[in-house]
Amino acid sequence: MLGEQIIKGMAVTARNFFGSYATKERLTTVQYPEERLPQKGNTRQFPFLVYDGDDAEKGLRCVACQICEKECPPKCIYIVKSKDKKPDYKGQPQIYPLTFDIDISVCMSCQICVEVCPFESIKMNTEFELSTADRFGSLLLTKEQLAKPNSYYQKIHPVDAAESDAVIAAEKAKAEAKAKAAAEAKAKADAEAKAKAAVATAPIMPPANPPTTT
Amino acid sequence: MNTLATPPKNFEVKPKLDAKGEELGELLEVSMGPHHPSTHGVFRMDVVLDGEKVVKLKPVFGYLHRNHEKIGENISYLANMPYTDRLDYFCSMTNNWAYALTIEKLAGLAVPERAEYIRVIMAELTRLQNHTCLIGFFVQDMGALGTPMMYAFREREKILDLFEEVSGARMMCNYMRFGGVRVDVNDEWIAKTKKVVADYSKFLDEFGTFLTENEIVLARTQFVGVLPKDLAINASITGPMLRAAGVNYDLRKVDKYGIYSRFNFQVPVGEHGDIYDRYMIRVLEMRESIKILEQALRDIPAGPVMDPKAKLRGFRPKAGEVYGRVEGPKGELGFYVISDGSPNPYRYRVRPPSFINLTILEDMCLGHNISDAVVILGSVDIVLGEVDR
Repeated sequence: MLGEQIIKGMAVTARNFFGSYATKERLTTVQYPEERLPQKGNTRQFPFLVYDGDDAEKGLRCVACQICEKECPPKCIYIVKSKDKKPDYKGQPQIYPLTFDIDISVCMSCQICVEVCPFESIKMNTEFELSTADRFGSLLLTKEQLAKPNSYYQKIHPVDAAESDAVIAAEKAKAEAKAKAAAEAKAKADAEAKAKAAVATAPIMPPANPPTTT
Repeated sequence: MNTLATPPKNFEVKPKLDAKGEELGELLEVSMGPHHPSTHGVFRMDVVLDGEKVVKLKPVFGYLHRNHEKIGENISYLANMPYTDRLDYFCSMTNNWAYALTIEKLAGLAVPERAEYIRVIMAELTRLQNHTCLIGFFVQDMGALGTPMMYAFREREKILDLFEEVSGARMMCNYMRFGGVRVDVNDEWIAKTKKVVADYSKFLDEFGTFLTENEIVLARTQFVGVLPKDLAINASITGPMLRAAGVNYDLRKVDKYGIYSRFNFQVPVGEHGDIYDRYMIRVLEMRESIKILEQALRDIPAGPVMDPKAKLRGFRPKAGEVYGRVEGPKGELGFYVISDGSPNPYRYRVRPPSFINLTILEDMCLGHNISDAVVILGSVDIVLGEVDR
């Protein structure tokens, strides 16, 4: 019969329509501002900078190596290196970024900066409600706006943050062990030097027969 | 007193004549697009119509040209990976795979077993969602506004959720890396995927009752836009378009890239090469994809997901040239790269399937109504991000 399949198709539509009242599977929409879906595993939006401790200025992990600036596909990162150095989490003096800007109107959320960063200092944020009335200024995030504490990172990506913390701890332990070994070596070297110095400072006998000039 | 001036003589429209001097009737040239809702993006067709029949059709593209290939030559190999997502934004996973495959060939990297399985799972999920969406779109081109497309998008959303959970993004996944994949999947994700795949065949059954034998669909698609077999081969058409024309050619069987030789699946081949065959090929391909997914999800081994030799920073493959290709949902997607040993490619070229499949649009549309031209374009399955690059 002509039109039989159309009626069957309409039965499918009706089943979907009335089914949306009965089962949760057929009703998949969410009333967004009031209802929200839970965050999905590794979801990512825009980058932010991680700092340790409470002071964003002091604990910033970034050492302004500019690898992310070079690798960034749309070139949305802008870094100015500092002239002086300050101690990083390992206690070594390091350069820090004077300026670290990310233009998130250009950023394409690709996560390349996170992957190439050797210092675990740039990570992806999950915040997505970033609309502003200001077209340019508000979308150019500065270092102060980008800096977020490590506790925030642990909250949004617990698994990744634990991995990153382990890397940092290992680096720190390595640095400490190295410092300790260096200190020991230095102490040893000092002792040896002292012994040598003791030998060296021993009174040198003057030659018995000084050469004479003729 | 009549003050109106008489119109100039050349104002009159004269009927056009053919070679024999007979009247052709009045021809009308219509510029469809670039902002036409049925052209799937910023695509323009210059159509010459005789009444409602298409006499001449010229596809015009380039409105979305973004300099992809030149950008690729000026940034590092790794930094080009997220740009390949934006070629065919429906199938970023297969684009990633094709590019990673090419560079792996160049640099001689081996992909671990688990990563190969993850790649197959991701590629087949991509094929599922691409074909589902395509059917939704092209039924909408026939005038079924909204409903089938919304059902298709509801199912696609489940797959995009899986992508987001692993890679972090729904569409711009940027997931594959040279020598593996970026993050490992966990058991919970595999269990979820198994459920989505199991539910998918139910959805296909429902979608099938909805559309496959629908009288309107049959009337609009059967024997419309026929693509002959020899023309399809001569114009180097690939993918479902070619198989609908009756040529058994699938890179998953021909090249056996990745680990496709291990899976048991069939390649559906059409007979007539009309729109209905192209629709059915896609439905059957989704069924085969489900088979592959079930096998891959069952057999996935444990282990690392990255080649230990692969490195992210300072990646410099040795000099040489290479062409890598995969069977994307739209056809053969290939990347051609010449390396001179520097951190960025010397020459980089994309072989986009939908661009080449679009070249025979005129041959399929001639003699059909203008409303059929829209459906024929829908069945080609183009994404303008890939056509214009």
